[in-house]
Amino acid sequence: MGTAAQTTERERGTPYEGPLLDVRDLHVEFVTRDGVARAVNGVNYSVSAGETLAVLGESGSGKSVTAQAIMGILDMPPARIPRGEIRFRGQDMLKMSKEERRRIRGGRIAMIFQDALSSLNPVLSVGFQLGEMFRAHRGVSRKEAKDKAVELMDRVRIPAAKDRVNDYPHQFSGGMRQRIMIAMALALEPDLIIADEPTTALDVTVQAQVMDLLAELQAEFHMGLILITHDLGVVADVADKIAVMYAGRIVETAPVHDLYARPAHPYTRGLLDSIPRLDQKGQELYAIKGLPPNLLRIPTGCAFNPRCPRAQDICRAQVPELFPVTEDDGTPLEGRGSACFFWKETLHDR
Amino acid sequence: MTANGASALGAAMPEEVAFTQEVPRGEPILEIRDLVKYFPLTQGVLFRKQVGAVKAVDGVSFDLMQGETLGIVGESGCGKSTLAKVLMNLEQATGGSVRYKGEEISRLSGSALKAVRRNIQMVFQDPYTSLNPRMTVGDIIGEPFEIHPEVAPRGDRRKAVQDLLDVVGLNPEYINRYPHQFSGGQRQRIGIARGLALKPEIIICDEPVSALDVSVQAQVINLLEQLQGEFNLSYMFIAHDLSIVRHISDRVGVMYLGRMVEIGSDAEIYDHATHPYTQALLSAVPVPDPTARESRDRIVLTGDVPSPANPPSGCRFRTRCWKAQQRCEVEVPLLVAPSWLAGAASHDSACHFAAERESEQSAAERESEQSAAERENGQGGD
Amino acid sequence: MPDVHDEDSYQPHPKPGVSHLDYAGEQGMAVEQETLIEPDAEKREEARSLWGDAWRDLRRRPIFLISVLLIVLLVLMAIFPWAFTDANPRKADLVHDYLKRPDWTDFFGAGWFGYDAQGRSIYARVIYGARASITVGIVVTAGVTLLGGLTGMVAGYFGGAVDAVISRIIDIFFGIPLLLGALVLLNGFASRTVWAVVFALVVLGWTQIARVMRGAVLTVKQSDYVVAGRALGAGTGRLMLRHILPNAVAPVIVVATIALGGYIATEATLSFLGIGLQEPTISWGIDISSAQKVIRTAPYVMFFPAAALSITVLAFIMMGDAVRDALDPKLR
Repeated sequence: MGTAAQTTERERGTPYEGPLLDVRDLHVEFVTRDGVARAVNGVNYSVSAGETLAVLGESGSGKSVTAQAIMGILDMPPARIPRGEIRFRGQDMLKMSKEERRRIRGGRIAMIFQDALSSLNPVLSVGFQLGEMFRAHRGVSRKEAKDKAVELMDRVRIPAAKDRVNDYPHQFSGGMRQRIMIAMALALEPDLIIADEPTTALDVTVQAQVMDLLAELQAEFHMGLILITHDLGVVADVADKIAVMYAGRIVETAPVHDLYARPAHPYTRGLLDSIPRLDQKGQELYAIKGLPPNLLRIPTGCAFNPRCPRAQDICRAQVPELFPVTEDDGTPLEGRGSACFFWKETLHDR
Repeated sequence: MTANGASALGAAMPEEVAFTQEVPRGEPILEIRDLVKYFPLTQGVLFRKQVGAVKAVDGVSFDLMQGETLGIVGESGCGKSTLAKVLMNLEQATGGSVRYKGEEISRLSGSALKAVRRNIQMVFQDPYTSLNPRMTVGDIIGEPFEIHPEVAPRGDRRKAVQDLLDVVGLNPEYINRYPHQFSGGQRQRIGIARGLALKPEIIICDEPVSALDVSVQAQVINLLEQLQGEFNLSYMFIAHDLSIVRHISDRVGVMYLGRMVEIGSDAEIYDHATHPYTQALLSAVPVPDPTARESRDRIVLTGDVPSPANPPSGCRFRTRCWKAQQRCEVEVPLLVAPSWLAGAASHDSACHFAAERESEQSAAERESEQSAAERENGQGGD
Repeated sequence: MPDVHDEDSYQPHPKPGVSHLDYAGEQGMAVEQETLIEPDAEKREEARSLWGDAWRDLRRRPIFLISVLLIVLLVLMAIFPWAFTDANPRKADLVHDYLKRPDWTDFFGAGWFGYDAQGRSIYARVIYGARASITVGIVVTAGVTLLGGLTGMVAGYFGGAVDAVISRIIDIFFGIPLLLGALVLLNGFASRTVWAVVFALVVLGWTQIARVMRGAVLTVKQSDYVVAGRALGAGTGRLMLRHILPNAVAPVIVVATIALGGYIATEATLSFLGIGLQEPTISWGIDISSAQKVIRTAPYVMFFPAAALSITVLAFIMMGDAVRDALDPKLR
């Protein structure tokens, strides 16, 4: 097993220019009894080392499925990936052998799930589960593995780590369990962490602690972070750039400040406007009308058109690509894109 | 307790008459005093013995005013959902009193309880589990009429159900559909229609939007607000999303570990919180504004919420409080307006050292004003 | 805020009743806020319930169709045996018919399957034997479902001391070995008719259903919709019959259908051992038992009743399996 460790170190040593992870034109479908559900319809995004990409979307937007496709943990069938590339440091993971992928998963890319309790094995101590990562990937001894586990628990600031290393998952509080999940993800010092709603199940005061910890560790290890969430507040707190997803497509990309200040897609604008604001007290909240689409019957044209206040005939006829967003004078806005035919008008609303 | 106490509230009492008097707007319609709910912890299978109790709600007092929305916030385990269940008489209170229009209702049973239920209804958190999957929407919304036949005569029921569907913004023709044919937001509307059927005066909303998608939450909040005006409802709105609570509530109560720690008008709580827990809670809420990232002054609480089976002595928050002193350990702080505070800060707060925090917003404002002034003056540093 | 999981929207094997895939014309409903009248896009989708969904699923399963066909045939045989054969199953002609071999040319005739050691038509006895097996199977199943369902429901719903007492009784009955219990019980009967066997099997079998029912009721009782019913002021009867029973009955039906085949096999076993049905009742178990003596010289005497028994048991178990799959795809 020593070779695995060497390989990882050697690979880590090779400098790689360009994004850590580059997802290109990814499609994911689910074959169901009632037809084919198109969960992801051509997603493009990339993350570099040290960068935080927030993928924002509601249930059914395809944000989690994209992450599962990257991790290679989709059940196939019923899922299938008809098209697309997932490049990790330039190499397409979809074309790799199972063994190669397995080595990347866990070792180089780690995932943190929403529900820490069900992600941890209830009958094994947390120390054992943390140590197991080293034993499996690095082949260290049982004793060393336990020491490593204590070290990791210290690192994610679990108080009295030495005494608690033999405790079982149910003996920890929700926030502590999520810390253990983070410790587990960090164990092999991955290049990229994918966090799928990591704080959704936690209370606000604990949420803040966990997000802070995650951001801090990311900076320390210079990792890439993909944060999948529906919470506009969490995104504003930690993200560098944002990809907004709707019905399996990215509808807007932007650096975090730009997105909140000047959204260029009506869906993003609707989401931002539906947050209760102080000056709206006693008034009706802005609400996006209608319901998120059924993935078996995604509307033709722009998937958002039945709910969009701006929809025109073209929106019903044609799927908008992700247009680059510019200032009126044509100055390109770095990193901005909007899949709306009327991005210019939307940008100017307020 | 009035002259006709709980024992007399049986069949002898004309239940229709009992709760029909009008409560003027702004007067208490529901008075809760020292409400206690303990869940016994037992050991043994055949011969159970009590080894302790989870003190889910431990001495909570407040009033719900006619026509208002009272928000109740707190983190998981603070007892807010248990409070709702006790108020709904779904759990028997261990102690204390709940008075509806002056009548004690926490120990009712039989027809008297049924009469109260007509007037206090509930909207549940999870629209996926709160509707019986084997019943059609018409049966679900019509069930209240079957239980309380006096509300709608048999012949009018179908019409009444369709009217309710219309009121909550659903197509009245959906009456024969099953819940699984609806999305989360639509199901929550069905749940609201069921709650409205008996024309209650009070609706207890237990996290009514937290299971819904962001874009649908606003729709349901708007619906609740619209219905409040239309039917003159009083809401108790339990939630953990502080921004939604602020939007919908006239007053807000903050709970921690089975106690109410602070209660006041929305502005008093959100802008002039004096209890350290409220301050920490408010500071932790992620603000959907990236520009606030740097200027935020977050209070990060250490440690976990203690077990409600074995809460700390004195002030329950003292184990995580940065202001805690010897006194907090021995003396339980009362929920009263602190005498040393004035203005908006003078509202009920259960802290020996209640004081407004220098609010982050005003601090940030001052800072930016300062730097603007500095720039104008053309001189740097302080 | 707990997010409703992404996966919900395209659950690969949607559980009937909670499928999110078949929102009738969700697109159509999307405009609900503006207009309440819907385009007819959704009309094609009828209102579906768990049973409707299960039925839709079952109709497509060949195994289910075959087993149902067999069961219908068996039930008809049990009710109208004379419609299947002219021969008298009790007519014994030791002179002409003693152990006569099957005569394949005698389609549906008395000699089709041959004659047994007492010169009785095996074909007629196979046909007439269905009645005992089917009666025992169906009546015992009905009995255990009623008795077990009721006690399980009461135990699960009321809990506390009631549950403790009922659960201990269930444990005691569960501990009795079936054959030993049946032996003791049936020995108390002067004549061991079909009804005596039914009684014994119900007494010994209801605990299985009671356990399943109790568990299901305990789960359903926690549901928000039951709490919602209580909040509306619904009484015990309404809560049990409208809310809990319809949602708790599925696992009971599954267990009962699968067990039905088992009861038939048990009846045959008891009869074979001589502690079940007795002559003159015609039963496959008795026939198999008496065929033992001639198995070397005339194996067909045992083959036909044994085959009939196997097919019957298999048909019920296959149907039970299919019903289980349709009602709860997760159990697969």
